[in-house]
Amino acid sequence: MQADSRWKRFRRRLRYWLDRRERNRWLWEEMEFHIESTMDELAAQGVSKAEAHAAARRKFGNMTQKSEEARSTWIARWMSDLAQDLHHSFRGMRRDAGFTAFTILIAGLGIGASSTVFSVVNALLLRPLPFRDAGRLVWITNGGDYATQAEHYVGLRELNRSFSDLAGWSAFYRAGDSELTGIGEPERLTSVPVTENFFALLGVQPAIGRSFTSEECQGRYAAPPATVLSYNFWRRRFAADPNVVGRKLTLNNGPVTVVGVLPASFDFGSVFAPGTRVDIFIPWPLTDNTKPTGNTMKIIGRLKRGATVRGAQAEFATLGRQLTSQYPKRNPIVPLLVPLEQYVSGPVSPALFVLACAVGVVMLIVCANLSNLQLARLGSRQNEMAMRVALGAGRSRLLRQMLTESVALACCGALFGLLLAVAGTREVAHLHAFNLPLLESVRIDGSALLFTLQAAVATGILFGLLPALRVTALSLREGMQDASRGSSGGRRHAWVRDGLVVSELAFACILLVGAGLLIRSFLRVLDVNLGFQPERAAALRIDPSFRIASLAQQDSFIDDVLNRVRSVPGIVEAGITDILPLRDDRSWQVSAVGQVYSRSHPPPEPFISVVSDGYFKAAGIPLRLGREITERDRVSSDPVVVVNETLARTLWPGQNPVGQMITTDGGRRVIGVVGDIRNEALEKAGGPEMYLPMRQTGDFAAMQLVVRTALPPDSLASGIRAALRPVDPNLPVREFVTFQDLVDKAVSPRRFLVLLLAGFAAFALVLASLGIYAVISYSVSQRVKEIGIRMALGASAIDLQLSIVLHTLGLAALGLALGMAVARGVSIALGSLLFGVTAGDPITFTAMGMLLAMVAAVAGYIPAWKASRVDPMVALRSN
Amino acid sequence: MGTEKPKADLLPGTLDMLVLKILMRGHLHGYAIAQLIQQLSDDLLRVEEGSLYPALQRLELNGWIEGEWGLSANNRRARFYKLTPEGRKRLAEESARYRQVTGAVARIMGFA
Repeated sequence: MQADSRWKRFRRRLRYWLDRRERNRWLWEEMEFHIESTMDELAAQGVSKAEAHAAARRKFGNMTQKSEEARSTWIARWMSDLAQDLHHSFRGMRRDAGFTAFTILIAGLGIGASSTVFSVVNALLLRPLPFRDAGRLVWITNGGDYATQAEHYVGLRELNRSFSDLAGWSAFYRAGDSELTGIGEPERLTSVPVTENFFALLGVQPAIGRSFTSEECQGRYAAPPATVLSYNFWRRRFAADPNVVGRKLTLNNGPVTVVGVLPASFDFGSVFAPGTRVDIFIPWPLTDNTKPTGNTMKIIGRLKRGATVRGAQAEFATLGRQLTSQYPKRNPIVPLLVPLEQYVSGPVSPALFVLACAVGVVMLIVCANLSNLQLARLGSRQNEMAMRVALGAGRSRLLRQMLTESVALACCGALFGLLLAVAGTREVAHLHAFNLPLLESVRIDGSALLFTLQAAVATGILFGLLPALRVTALSLREGMQDASRGSSGGRRHAWVRDGLVVSELAFACILLVGAGLLIRSFLRVLDVNLGFQPERAAALRIDPSFRIASLAQQDSFIDDVLNRVRSVPGIVEAGITDILPLRDDRSWQVSAVGQVYSRSHPPPEPFISVVSDGYFKAAGIPLRLGREITERDRVSSDPVVVVNETLARTLWPGQNPVGQMITTDGGRRVIGVVGDIRNEALEKAGGPEMYLPMRQTGDFAAMQLVVRTALPPDSLASGIRAALRPVDPNLPVREFVTFQDLVDKAVSPRRFLVLLLAGFAAFALVLASLGIYAVISYSVSQRVKEIGIRMALGASAIDLQLSIVLHTLGLAALGLALGMAVARGVSIALGSLLFGVTAGDPITFTAMGMLLAMVAAVAGYIPAWKASRVDPMVALRSN
Repeated sequence: MGTEKPKADLLPGTLDMLVLKILMRGHLHGYAIAQLIQQLSDDLLRVEEGSLYPALQRLELNGWIEGEWGLSANNRRARFYKLTPEGRKRLAEESARYRQVTGAVARIMGFA
């Protein structure tokens, strides 16, 4: 009953509000009628018409106010108040354009940075992966790091009960594996061999055409009958022609049919291999005759409904042991399961967490700064507020007005920030060279808009609340008189403003120390001895377009290439390798002759490279002992090998490794030892490495020509291309990778973090110095009289400046002490992101402390200098 | 001009009740309501026009009265209000409560 009538009333209220224009007219008409009736009556009593009119109006009072009062019963009151407050706000903004512009700028920069970082976090961590029901996809590795043998994949797929299916792709695809000829310029494509069910398991439907059939997955590994194009490759090479499906292409000199084109939403590289561009997919036959040996498969699985990763892990551990003991000849398998989302974004989440915290701190500084500015304006607002109180505005009404103002300002800032964020996310999405997953999908979407709105409102409330509370308290207590004197109110909230500045400094200090530690880590990483010399070294993939039938033919190809390239002017050294440092790797177990290994003492597993003569010099890898690989190390000569220092130390500790024998690859004799190189990451010291002479083996998948040049490598590309044309006219020489590119790519996630963080820290420093400047200027302006008296009494300008700068430094010291203490705690959390510096690195802490103190001193000195130039007489006369 | 009689303020909350009671007489416009209250109280109670119209809006919003346009005695468009059944119920409740309160006040003051 009660609820029913309330509901009716609500509906009526809503209807009235919707009809408000008409209702308003009615009300006016009703009141007009009332006045006219009053007039008629007065006229009947004999009063003159004009007088009656005036009297009636007077009697009725202020019609606008009455109509508003009447109206307030049906318009939800707060809405009309809101409109009024907004009106006030915008009028105030226009009146105080400087303050408004500054607030919008600062808030906009802060909110823009926040929204950009949110969009990155959203794309990399929050949004589900672009696959169907991505939460049930699981990444399955062998022992954490390694790929899995194809036989084990088949076994696991048949035996397990946790997954609805498993799928996989070849771990050993390389950039430029396949050669496309026959249409236009020959081109090397990056092709990924995938299992038949790969796309179905992810829930990816080709945009055009279909996925692979099982017949297409029976063929030969090197000669796929069908291919599916990636969206980007389709757009780039076939101008998005939908008729490409069904077309025959020539891939690696064999015919291949395009059967499908993948949708734009599926970007293999951005999820599974950040920073690489995948052009096409080819079927990976896993029949008994064709499946490759060794650990070659990357596996993902889709959990059955109700199954958990933990349960599946337990099952797979058992299956792994079972398979390992059942097939002792195969490589051992120790399956480790992680949710795919965790595998993809896990490595970047610490950095993103740091960024999110940093941007949060920036926002706090922004709010403290704006709060301070608002407080500084209170003096002038005091009169206005006192007037409003005198006219009957209640405290909550004033509070609301102040908050509406600051939220309106913050929202204007957010609009500006949104523009920045749109530009920022677009920049981020195009950082192709950055080794970060899902970066291409960073954009401002619905949730980012929502976040921006929330950030704007929160910012507005946060920076408006303190001044609002202050101003309403003061207005009610003191009224107009005191406000017009202006000084005592200012005195009383001096500590609030000082407190804000101290907190700004403390926050800035935390950011600066964090950024400083990461910058120093970054410099340390760049400073690392790579073991090779990236300057003026570049690589070019030169696999011949014809099939090499024998090692003799391969020898003559190598000779031909090297002789021709070495004669190009500007080329200092040239050699060939199959893998590039920091990009590709493969590893074998290697055992030395005369040593016994067991499960608890396994043989080392070095990275394997197959290199030609000249490679070490071209890459800048120093020889430590023995000799390098030469052109005389051929199939007809003694099988030899070069090891790096770590492998030599591991296999033959304390002995001369040169002349020792290993059993791997049919037995080889060590002829030389070269220096270690950083092969996996700049931060990770090089592991064992082994180099086989290219002329003694056909067991490699790529030929990378590596050149060391006297001129910038890019300027030599055309020369090399011309020199190689006679060797193989079809040689596609599109990709020219400098070694510096490899290094840059390897450090790109760190560079990304450092760039953003340094930007935030710089912004924080500017804000903090502005905050100090504002507070000191204000306190100086409040003390003009006192300063005038002091100067009149003979205080020197120097004394005065000194006292003001000392006050500033006092604030700075407090802020620094607080900030340093917190920064010390926070820096420990940076943990894994630090390299070569400790969390308490004294150099960083001292340098950042001095930087902040200096900035504070300068920001305080300017108002001090201005104050000391005040004419005492003018100062005394003021107020 | 006007009346020199002492002004008697309405007890708070009684205006709504008075308006409802007056409307028991039939359809009336705002001016007539104000006039009637003044006349029936022998010019003792004067309704501030400024409070009358908000009160009418409020009563209408609560569904106790209903307004519609009609013609006044001298052929002018005016808004006439009438009591709804809910308004009658409301009037009964209000007058009962008012009687209780005034009775209690009278007893304390020794009027009774």
